[in-house]
Amino acid sequence: MANSTTTADPAPPGNLRWQKNRLAIAPWLFVAPALIFFSIYVIIPIFQSIALSFYEWNGLYDGEGQSTAKWVGLDNYRKLLFDDERFYISLKNNVIWLVLYMLAVPLGLAIALFLNQTVTGIRFYKSMFFFPFVISQVVVGLIYGWFYNPDYGVVGSLWKWAFCEETINIMGNVTTKCSTKPPDILGDEDWATYGIIFAGLWPQVAYCMILYLTGLNNVSPEQIEAGRLDGAKGWKMLRHIILPQLAPATFLAIVVTVIGALRSFDMIAIMTRGGPFGSSNVLAYYMYETAISEYGDRYGYGSAIATVLFLIMLVYISYFLWRMYRDEKDNS
Amino acid sequence: MIKTALKTTVAMVATGLLSSAVLAGDLVINFDDPNPAPKEAFETAVEAFKAANPDINVTVNINDREAHKTAIRNFLSADAPDITSWYPGNRMAPFVEAGLFEDVSDVWDDNGFHDALAAIKPTMTIDDKQWGVPYTYYQWGVYYRKDIFDKLELAEPTNWEEFNAVAEKLKEAGVTPITIGTKFLWTAAGVFDYLNLRTNGYEVHNDLTAGKIKYTDDRIKKVFETWKEMVDADYFVENHATMSWQDAIAPFANGDAAMYVMGNFSVDGYLNAGLTEDQIDFFQFPEITPGLPRAEEAPADAFFIPSGAKNKEDARKFLAFIAQPDVQTEWNNTIIQLPINKNAEVGDNKFLKEGFETLSTASGLAQFYDRDAPAQMAKAGMEGFQEFMLDTSKMDAILERLDGVQEEVYK
Amino acid sequence: MFPTPIEKTSGGLRLAYKLALPIALFLWLLPLLAIFMTSIRPAVDINSGNMFGWPSAFNLVENYVAVFTQSEALTYFWNSVKVTIPTVIISVSLACLAGYGLAIYNFKFALPLFFLFIAGNFVPFQILMVPVRDLSVKTGLYDTVTGLVLFHSAFQTGFCTLFMRNFIRALPYELIESARIEGVKEWRIFWHLVLPLVRPAVAALSVLIFTFIWNDFFWATVLTQGEASKPITAGIRALNGQFVSQWHLVSAASLMAAIPPVLMFFAMQKHFIAGLTLGATKG
Repeated sequence: MANSTTTADPAPPGNLRWQKNRLAIAPWLFVAPALIFFSIYVIIPIFQSIALSFYEWNGLYDGEGQSTAKWVGLDNYRKLLFDDERFYISLKNNVIWLVLYMLAVPLGLAIALFLNQTVTGIRFYKSMFFFPFVISQVVVGLIYGWFYNPDYGVVGSLWKWAFCEETINIMGNVTTKCSTKPPDILGDEDWATYGIIFAGLWPQVAYCMILYLTGLNNVSPEQIEAGRLDGAKGWKMLRHIILPQLAPATFLAIVVTVIGALRSFDMIAIMTRGGPFGSSNVLAYYMYETAISEYGDRYGYGSAIATVLFLIMLVYISYFLWRMYRDEKDNS
Repeated sequence: MIKTALKTTVAMVATGLLSSAVLAGDLVINFDDPNPAPKEAFETAVEAFKAANPDINVTVNINDREAHKTAIRNFLSADAPDITSWYPGNRMAPFVEAGLFEDVSDVWDDNGFHDALAAIKPTMTIDDKQWGVPYTYYQWGVYYRKDIFDKLELAEPTNWEEFNAVAEKLKEAGVTPITIGTKFLWTAAGVFDYLNLRTNGYEVHNDLTAGKIKYTDDRIKKVFETWKEMVDADYFVENHATMSWQDAIAPFANGDAAMYVMGNFSVDGYLNAGLTEDQIDFFQFPEITPGLPRAEEAPADAFFIPSGAKNKEDARKFLAFIAQPDVQTEWNNTIIQLPINKNAEVGDNKFLKEGFETLSTASGLAQFYDRDAPAQMAKAGMEGFQEFMLDTSKMDAILERLDGVQEEVYK
Repeated sequence: MFPTPIEKTSGGLRLAYKLALPIALFLWLLPLLAIFMTSIRPAVDINSGNMFGWPSAFNLVENYVAVFTQSEALTYFWNSVKVTIPTVIISVSLACLAGYGLAIYNFKFALPLFFLFIAGNFVPFQILMVPVRDLSVKTGLYDTVTGLVLFHSAFQTGFCTLFMRNFIRALPYELIESARIEGVKEWRIFWHLVLPLVRPAVAALSVLIFTFIWNDFFWATVLTQGEASKPITAGIRALNGQFVSQWHLVSAASLMAAIPPVLMFFAMQKHFIAGLTLGATKG
């Protein structure tokens, strides 16, 4: 990098100082608007949140506009780590999300392999398979919430068809009597999280699929031919020739899936609000619920939850940055 | 000197020594119910207020109820209106403590509200001062399918034995006794509150929500024992955890369930679901502990003056105005709820008549679990109720956990 | 090409593949089809439990009109437009500038600043929630379209800058060098030389950001509360509360909300995918 600066500096000697100054100031002028904006809304709030996590605050200012926050030191963290069952349930669900959400990567690859053909109309099929990613998660959540409903959703209707019969009740209305009751997926503490993750996988698989389709487009045909000559095909070919070349796509797929899993909020808010009784909560929603929902006004405690979530994410961010840094060094 | 003189004049005007017509002021009111009937009732009252005070320029903001609950936290300190609607009990406590609500005891003194609004006075009071003026409340109890009861020749139960007998008869006829939707939690709190009020009475309800009694207390355990019997005997509809309170009307309307522990606002829902007024009726939640004075749930809505209000004088006038008997009569006739002013007239509606009868003879009025208990406790408690209703064998673990939360919240 | 092109295989397999394609697609989009079918049913079907049988009537127009006439859906929709479009313009513009600054100049802070944008782009929203909300309240931007636009623009600037910087970095550096030797001012190099070259990146970013912002739910919930500023995603949740048990209307409203990003996707598919998959082919 250092050498490119010198090569970019071939101005006549008399002009050198000015040229140098200009090149020193110019980048800041270009970056400044974005940086200022980004600092106000992203960088500074991170530190404010961390600071707030050492306070107890219900978000109110008194009549004079003074914050009513009270310094409590590490107390929020003590409660969170040693006294809060809900926190650990949410953390556990975050782990389940992370693990199961990863299924999106192989599933996305599978669909990409399935669709990586040149038959007529394949472009249409590719677009339609990608479709779920474009829809808002709110809509996906509503669709699946209805899908799972034991009374009038797809699950409930299938169940009724298989295990229930229609009878007439005391008021002469049609009702159903079931030999076993239909599964109430989103109302069951053991199933709610899996139900939401399954719904979440739908758009995420689509996302991974498109990454792999692009990756497959760029796999070198020579290497495939060479592999074929060596007698590799099917699984062996995939494993030894194709997958290594898809490594960048895989990396990106994992990164976006991890981020997606840790950010899971929309569908939980729509489908269960963390229920029943907090059993499908994750840190992102728990934080929101604690800080600004109807029954939550604990800004400080919420900030402590957010800080923990931030620290977890920081592991991935650091790894990602480290990789970027390595690539940058290799490129320069 | 001139400045001081001017100030005194203004103060004199403001305290009403001069004719009110001299003072022209802007009055901003934030109201929290955009649904047709409540909105109409509010706007009618505002028009009447304007007609009586032509010099006051009233501006109203009507917000969604849920949105209002979060927005109030901001606008009270950032951009205070002159009046806002809000709820009494523990819901107003944080704002009172932060000094964000104006003490309006003087409005109560000047207008004889201590007597006229006595029903709701305790819950409007903190530190012996009144912080707002209530305009409506409504009863809770058991709404039931009268046609089903008639068909099975069942009478309204008045005690727990009769209630159980009714429930068994309903089950025999293939009808689930009680419908409920606990997805949003608070409906379960209604059941809990009533079981507690009938088993232990008003004092225990207040002590529990004030954090003075533990959840593992034998008295509270007894409530859960009764509740456990009900759940284990399949008194409640299945899948209640995925249903909202509106969803739970469906089995009730279809005749698959016969009773609903609810507030009077639900009547509209029954009618919209295709039931007629003849098909539904109301009875007071039956007695459990014989001879215990009967207390009821009666959540009230009220108006408050933020301490950051700019026109507190006219705001006080408005508060005094909306508690007048004729204003409350008209308002509550529109929204089909009960007026609080004891000189107001109750609307001509069978549910209101029963509600008035229920509340005016009650020994105490509770505001509802999630308004009487602090928010964090209410949330944990209601999650516990839902968890309990799904698996009664977890009772002890749940009660112990609630004790832990209680210790944390009321410290 | 991998897997082996289907044309090169036996006729039987080829036929099987061509049959499998529509079946797979049908299963894949089944939830969407189900909700579409629901959205054109009359209310009587919903109430009588006819969720999957043939609709007793096709109420496509009635239901969609009902969504708009019986609720604030139109306002929500318009709010979404008012939030999304300015956000796209602001964040992409800022990112062009910043991306240029970070890609072309090798100053000491170029890489740290670049990493700052990347890191910020990945943080969980919750760590920003309380301060951003508080800031919005204090500045009077809470519950305004402007407040949402400003936050979204700032946050998306992180992602856009990451994207732009890498894109500009991949441009031939010699072009800029030679312009400098000729004494062209930095601003003019950016405006006349680089900007035309990054058009594809601008297009890709615009469609991506449009989709992200249109579909945002979290910030819509945190920073707005009233009809006047609530975007469609948050609005749908409100409608869900309003249209209780009226699944035909909820379905119709949901599909309406999904239409703009879907149209955007199909119209700009190439750019959209180029944007999403940047980095999928090279490290």
